[in-house]
Amino acid sequence: MFLRYCLLFFAASAGSLVASSDSKLSEQHSVGSSQGHESHAAEAHDGDHAASEPDEAVFNPKEMIMHHIADSHGWHIMDWNEREIGIPLPVILWTREGLVVFSSSLFHHDSEGMHVAESGGQRFVNLHEKIYYASDAPNEHGIYAQADPITHEVTNVQPWDISITKNVASLFVSAVIILVLFTRAAKFYAKNSDAAPRGLAGFVEPLVVFVRDDIAKNNIGPHYKKFVPLLLTIFFFIWVNNLMGLVPFFPGGANVTGNIAVTMVLAFVAFVVTNFNGKRHYWNHILWMPGLPVAVKPLLAIVEIIGIFTKPFSLMIRLFANITAGHIIVLSLVSLIFIFETLWVSPVSVLLTLFISVLELLVTALQAYIFTLLTALYLGAALQEEHH
Amino acid sequence: MGIVTPGFGLIFWTTLTFFLLLFLLAKFAWKPILQAVQDREESINAALKAAESAKSEVAALQNSSEQLLKEAREAREAMLKEARSMRDKTIADAKEAASEEASKVLELARIQIDNEKKAAMAEVKNQVAQLAIDMSERILRAELKDAQAQRALVDRAMLDLKSSN
Repeated sequence: MFLRYCLLFFAASAGSLVASSDSKLSEQHSVGSSQGHESHAAEAHDGDHAASEPDEAVFNPKEMIMHHIADSHGWHIMDWNEREIGIPLPVILWTREGLVVFSSSLFHHDSEGMHVAESGGQRFVNLHEKIYYASDAPNEHGIYAQADPITHEVTNVQPWDISITKNVASLFVSAVIILVLFTRAAKFYAKNSDAAPRGLAGFVEPLVVFVRDDIAKNNIGPHYKKFVPLLLTIFFFIWVNNLMGLVPFFPGGANVTGNIAVTMVLAFVAFVVTNFNGKRHYWNHILWMPGLPVAVKPLLAIVEIIGIFTKPFSLMIRLFANITAGHIIVLSLVSLIFIFETLWVSPVSVLLTLFISVLELLVTALQAYIFTLLTALYLGAALQEEHH
Repeated sequence: MGIVTPGFGLIFWTTLTFFLLLFLLAKFAWKPILQAVQDREESINAALKAAESAKSEVAALQNSSEQLLKEAREAREAMLKEARSMRDKTIADAKEAASEEASKVLELARIQIDNEKKAAMAEVKNQVAQLAIDMSERILRAELKDAQAQRALVDRAMLDLKSSN
């Protein structure tokens, strides 16, 4: 798994996002088969689901949790009287015949590849929240997709999918919240130039000053000013998205910062900013470390070059893992009620969930802080001037 | 592998959203906020510096006012001293002048008394001489009624003259 991330990140950081998308195609998927996938926790839900399908009454916490932390094409809000209530989101595809846009309601809440959506003369299925060109006829499980009989990989082709998914919609909501929050705070300063901050500005200013002084100034050094807006944006982008993930109902609850794509973009930004601002001293220490025997220098260069990539990679994994773990814990605790099928567990479940939620509240800020702090640290190292 | 495989769509939208957000925030939020904060910090620093200098100015002023007060006190002291000495001198002068005047008056009075006394003495002498003359005239007249007696007198007088020479 680790190697796979490395490859992904190398590919992405080299600027070819195609690689990551291509890997989706080769990704393993069981199509109506439950064989040989239980060993992978993350994948298990694919297989388990098919197994549990005959008995709908059995609650499958793994499936529920995986469904909640994964992205989806519709925004599921709740089930009511055996019916799903949710907000359909636009599906945007770049197909062989150009751009196709249709509502996710055409899938009728289906993500098992059972329902074909027709748009622009083309047919698509939603199989585990991935859009494929639908097969002409369903297989023996009623799924409009074909799988390789040996590897169980889906052989159907995927169009380029730039749909407004649940995470994207949540991202937009967070972006709007951030924009409104900070532009309104900025208005205060436009009106009262030298007054002590009040209201929204009073709330925002200590945070902004904290990022500027304790994160940027302390770690980047004398040329910190240029990077303060970026660090502020990273910090509040992560924090607000983390917080939105903690809100258990619409429009929160999406696992945005617990999605590897989001953290990858943020880590990639950190990677680019760090290395494009790298000074002579920085590259010198990576490629030809001074003060070492010549024989060791190339060895260290290899380690250091790997280090260039592992630093942002660790940023990507840390945020993703922390936030996803938080979501999984909360969902697991709530699942206890349904696993034991008794209401008497609910006090325990609710209290534990409350405890974890409060902890997660801390984690939201902490992870935003750590991500920003480490970005600033890496930047500081890259910007360091010759001093000996 | 579902949750650890980055989806292309989300990468696309996250990148777009993040950079749009970065641009908009940098322009409409961070720039004014950071500028305002910096301006305020500068103005606070300036105010602190001004307060510091005002404080030292006040201290200097206080110092100089104390100096002035001290000088004024000294001046008052000196003036008082001068006044006191002048008063003493005036009193002394006055006393001296008065005693001089008094002694002068006394002297004058004595001289006058002396003069009066002399005059009185002279008067008394005159009176006595007149009286003596008158008495002697009467006596002479009484004694010199006869020629003999006159002679006897001349002789006696002659004798006196002789004895007195």
